[in-house]
Amino acid sequence: MSKLSILTDGFVKNNPTFVLVLGMCPTLATTTSAMNGLEMGLATMFVLILSNIVISLIAPVVPDKVHIPVYIVVIATFVTLLQLLMQAFVPGVYQTLGLFIPLIVVNCIVLGRAEAFANKHGVLESALDGIGVGLGFTLSLTVIGIVREILGSGSVFGWKFIPGDGILAFVMAPGAFMVLGYLMVLFNKYLKK
Amino acid sequence: MAAKSNLLNMALCLTAVCLICAALLGGVYALTWQPIQDASAKALKASIGMVLPEGGEISEAKTATLDGVQYEYYENRVEGSVNAYAVKSATNGFGGQLLLMVGVLEDGTVYNTSVLSHSETPGLGAKCNQDENFMAQWRGFSPDKKIAVRKDGGDVDAITASTITSRAYALAVSNAVNVVKSLNNKEVRK
Repeated sequence: MSKLSILTDGFVKNNPTFVLVLGMCPTLATTTSAMNGLEMGLATMFVLILSNIVISLIAPVVPDKVHIPVYIVVIATFVTLLQLLMQAFVPGVYQTLGLFIPLIVVNCIVLGRAEAFANKHGVLESALDGIGVGLGFTLSLTVIGIVREILGSGSVFGWKFIPGDGILAFVMAPGAFMVLGYLMVLFNKYLKK
Repeated sequence: MAAKSNLLNMALCLTAVCLICAALLGGVYALTWQPIQDASAKALKASIGMVLPEGGEISEAKTATLDGVQYEYYENRVEGSVNAYAVKSATNGFGGQLLLMVGVLEDGTVYNTSVLSHSETPGLGAKCNQDENFMAQWRGFSPDKKIAVRKDGGDVDAITASTITSRAYALAVSNAVNVVKSLNNKEVRK
């Protein structure tokens, strides 16, 4: 497997949202607008890259029976670091996303990549995998966010181009499921060959 | 691949990982404590400045009690006399606590409001600090009007599909106005 394909796999072949269907909780909850989706994706990517790097380093010395608790402690540490740093330096972003940041700990993508990839590969490959899957996740969340924002609020990234309220259902949970379902169909029909 | 497990190396490994992580978190917490305090103090100051008329001297935090609840408030003094108050008022919204800063003039008119923190649904109740129409109606809200959403027979236009958030917002504003009323009465009695 070449380094480039590790990086690009996360976009289409291993797309965490549309192919692996992992991390649905933050996906459905945070994508009410394009901006929220983008920010949540970037926050997850930050944790994913760092935890992949650390786990690929410590995996050889961690006893098999305790590897899950060890990985979870590592991931939870990075999530808490992210939370503190966001609170200190980007309080505005923290105001909107603060509620969802702790959810990254239990995001199956992060533990999933640690289990499926980082503990079997070197540091560089794991970092690339973190970037690839992280970008794939960010991209998916942003696309869902854009669609939901257009239908639900008549705007994109907060820029309003359709006056009025939009179709309210798309801002709420049922709309999240519908948009995710249709995008998954389109994605698997046209991109995943 | 992973090392073979035995009691000793499992215990050692978990202890070591937890110690390192705890030390790291403690360090970052200590480093970010000051910036976090500064950021929230700055946000508080900005919201006080936003809800009070310009050109006054803002006092230190004071507390007042109304119906057994303690409120923090700030006085705005112009040439020695108080012309407005900024009251920090909390109620329960749809998703948790809704914390507002409410500026009230001497006569009970709402000067302006600002959201300090909330955990309302993104895209719905969270519009309470984005929706221009909802926010604008609070500027100069006359004391003759009733502070309640139209559904409850008041004069507040609710945010579409977020009646509970709007109700909580109206309640927080109305509590703040009552705090100012009680403050004024006290001063008159003296």
